[in-house]
Amino acid sequence: MPIKILMPALSPTMETGTLAKWLVKEGDEVSSGDIIAEIETDKATMEVESVDEGRVGKIVVAEGTEDVPVNDVIALLLEDGEDESALEGAGGDASDGSAQKASESEAPVKQPEASDSKATDAKAPAAPVSDDGGRVFASPLARRMAQQLGLDLAAIKGSGPKGRIVKADIEAAKDGKAAPATADKAASQDKAVPSAPAPAGVDVPGFEPPADVPYDEVKLSGMRKIIAKRMTQSKSHVPHFYLTIDVELEKLMAQRKALNTRLEGEGVKISVNDFIIRASALALKKVPQANAMFAGDKAYLFKRQDISVAVAVDGGLVTPVVRDAGSKGLAQISGEMKELATKARDGKLMPEDYQGGTFSISNLGMFGIREFGAVINPPQGAILAVGAGEKRAVVDGDAVAIKLVMTVTLAVDHRVLDGAFGAEFLKAFKGYIEDPMTMLL
Amino acid sequence: MSETKFDLIVIGAGPGGYVAAIRAAQLGLKTAIIEREHLGGICLNWGCIPTKALLRTSEIKHYLDNAADFGLSVKEVGFDLKKVVARSRKVAGQLNTGVKGLLKKNKVTTIMGEAKLKGKGKITVKADGKTTELQAKDIILATGARARELPHLKADGKLVWTYKHAMTPEVMPKSLLVVGSGAIGVEFASFYRDMGAEVTIIEMMDRVLPVEDEDVSAFAKKQFEKQGMKIVLGASVEKIDTKSECVTAHIKGKDGKTTQLTVDRMILAIGITGNVENLGLEEAGVKVDRGHVVADEWGRTGVDGIWAIGDISGPPWLAHKASHEGVIAVEKIAGVKGLHPMKKDLIPGCTYARPQVASVGLTEKQAKEAGHKVKVGKFPFIGNGKAIALGEPEGFIKTVFDEKTGELLGAHMIGAEVTELIQGYAVAKSLETTEAELMHTIFPHPTLSEMMHESVLDAYDRAIHY
Repeated sequence: MPIKILMPALSPTMETGTLAKWLVKEGDEVSSGDIIAEIETDKATMEVESVDEGRVGKIVVAEGTEDVPVNDVIALLLEDGEDESALEGAGGDASDGSAQKASESEAPVKQPEASDSKATDAKAPAAPVSDDGGRVFASPLARRMAQQLGLDLAAIKGSGPKGRIVKADIEAAKDGKAAPATADKAASQDKAVPSAPAPAGVDVPGFEPPADVPYDEVKLSGMRKIIAKRMTQSKSHVPHFYLTIDVELEKLMAQRKALNTRLEGEGVKISVNDFIIRASALALKKVPQANAMFAGDKAYLFKRQDISVAVAVDGGLVTPVVRDAGSKGLAQISGEMKELATKARDGKLMPEDYQGGTFSISNLGMFGIREFGAVINPPQGAILAVGAGEKRAVVDGDAVAIKLVMTVTLAVDHRVLDGAFGAEFLKAFKGYIEDPMTMLL
Repeated sequence: MSETKFDLIVIGAGPGGYVAAIRAAQLGLKTAIIEREHLGGICLNWGCIPTKALLRTSEIKHYLDNAADFGLSVKEVGFDLKKVVARSRKVAGQLNTGVKGLLKKNKVTTIMGEAKLKGKGKITVKADGKTTELQAKDIILATGARARELPHLKADGKLVWTYKHAMTPEVMPKSLLVVGSGAIGVEFASFYRDMGAEVTIIEMMDRVLPVEDEDVSAFAKKQFEKQGMKIVLGASVEKIDTKSECVTAHIKGKDGKTTQLTVDRMILAIGITGNVENLGLEEAGVKVDRGHVVADEWGRTGVDGIWAIGDISGPPWLAHKASHEGVIAVEKIAGVKGLHPMKKDLIPGCTYARPQVASVGLTEKQAKEAGHKVKVGKFPFIGNGKAIALGEPEGFIKTVFDEKTGELLGAHMIGAEVTELIQGYAVAKSLETTEAELMHTIFPHPTLSEMMHESVLDAYDRAIHY
């Protein structure tokens, strides 16, 4: 029997992926450990290693195929002494029940576990909270489908008994037909509350292009779709507010120069961004209320500072995480950040590199952006948007002075964090940046 | 009959009509129900209930015939056919009286007679040679259906029977031909076979119980054959010759050749046709298609104020489907909010042959045809302790899930007592559970219901006991 190569699960939650590239072709000999394909998920590209050796008998799933379910047969490997005739009936047709069963029993990730994790996943979001903080009632199937489609149950109106959300409501929401749950209330209060857009905003069928404008049609990558979905969710469900502050950089630049000179021999070069990561982490340590996550009827205040740093990559952006940045020195942060950024640009981030994170930083200073407001990366509670360091005329005492200044804007989830704590965080942050010696303590 | 004006008049007091009438009364509608023959309709007078009484007799006889397997010694199992039939009639009679009481208790006006539509909101009722006119804002047609006959296949009530004759035999036939292997056909086949008759079933389709899952059909056929029935598939009866005490059927087989079979009695179980005659449907503008009134998912016929529910409005011809449709139509009439029309894949079906068959939702084949990628679980009775203890180790429970969402698409069972089990899956489907909730449900031990759990587990390769 030919060996079945299955679509691997790159993370516990992965259900489908894109088969980005085949690195082998039919007839190639492969041995255990050879990299045979690249798989793209919503966040990263990963390599697939062969666990067996043999000759590639058949490539079942073509390069570029999207949404290949985990554990589907993607290729068949012929063992020593087998020829192509062995391929017949060897499966590859996922709808064939027997082949499916066989492939599952050989799957590296055993189906039972997979379904277990699915069951748990389905449970995790099982207690979404409606706008008024009450429990959202939905059938298990509706919950599962909403999760798979990335729909927010709190935003869907249920048509089942006592307003329970049922399969039909999810299907309607998917098609963008559902009335958002808030619409009724908004109307009854007779306020000009803009009703939340259908949560399926992203899945809404696209607009037709204008008739007379030439255009290129660009297919959305998995990452693009995820960004679209998550940012839509964030902006439609997380009440953002913004706090802006200017920080002076002269001392930091001097300090950086001194440090880098000293560290030159060790190949370490600390960037301004590394200082910002460290300063943010320390400020979060000081003001843990800003290191928070909203969870319905409670909030989590994190005791560790895992900083997600937005990195622009081809086709979008990713946010690799510097874990426990509050306990790491500048050199270590710098080293880790360099590695993460390289991995990100090469599309080689592992799920553990980008999952989680308690706070985000987005820096557009290198593009000369003076200041901007960033969109919170849910379920995190805040994101710091960093502008360019530039020389500005600053009123110092009663005189105008030229100073190197940078503007940062903190976007905050108002459900979990109020202005005072946000301001306190920024004050602490400003303190560290303007007096970087304190950062070394 | 003093009252002549009502909010709602229901025509036909079968399980669709009388349930609709009681629900209407609960909702405060002034309701009348008109019945020409017997309260409770075919279901409890000539269908579901009296046949279950007969099948109980043949089941007990089967146990007695096999008493030695259980360490019992029984000498000479015999029966008195008159008493067997009398018991069945008594059961029907008891329930008939029960319906009368229920209608009275709910203050539904019950009128015995033949109803006919007479213009908007009006009907006439003929009883004892007198005709009365009644008025109602809404009228529900619930006149049911009867056995279908074909020009060359007509029942005479003597040698060639419909279900109604088959329920009140005067003598036990030595040989019996059952035409049609739907639920009605195989139930009678089971009864007469267990009572000792030589039984042949002829089915036009390529499997018995053609509406069930293919695995169930195949298993049922094997079991029936093991019991000594002869089953001819892909065949039809071309012609019958009746003599004084026997009937000869000319049977056209799959190969196109015609053979002859002479039997004592013959049962026609070739389907159902709606009771659409003499109701004044045509004059009222109610559309009839192939023997059934055309109605939408709420029971609306397209003619204002005229509704149709149950067998008269088409398959599946099941009492519980009629009752549910009746309730939905009445609630619609009464303006109840938040109503959902009936979902046909939530209607369970039960067949009380030996072995029993029960199912709900899509068969594996239907699920695939509907574009689902499926996960299928199957658990055999032989893996269940209670089944073995009962001496019923034959049968299985099959479940069909949507691979992506985990939705329970269908469940199919064959074996002892499965008709009492299927409601579990019907509840699961109504509540839209996925495989996860079913897996987390604790099924009591030792019960046959454990197989329902195992079948779900098996769909995800997690069955424990097989």
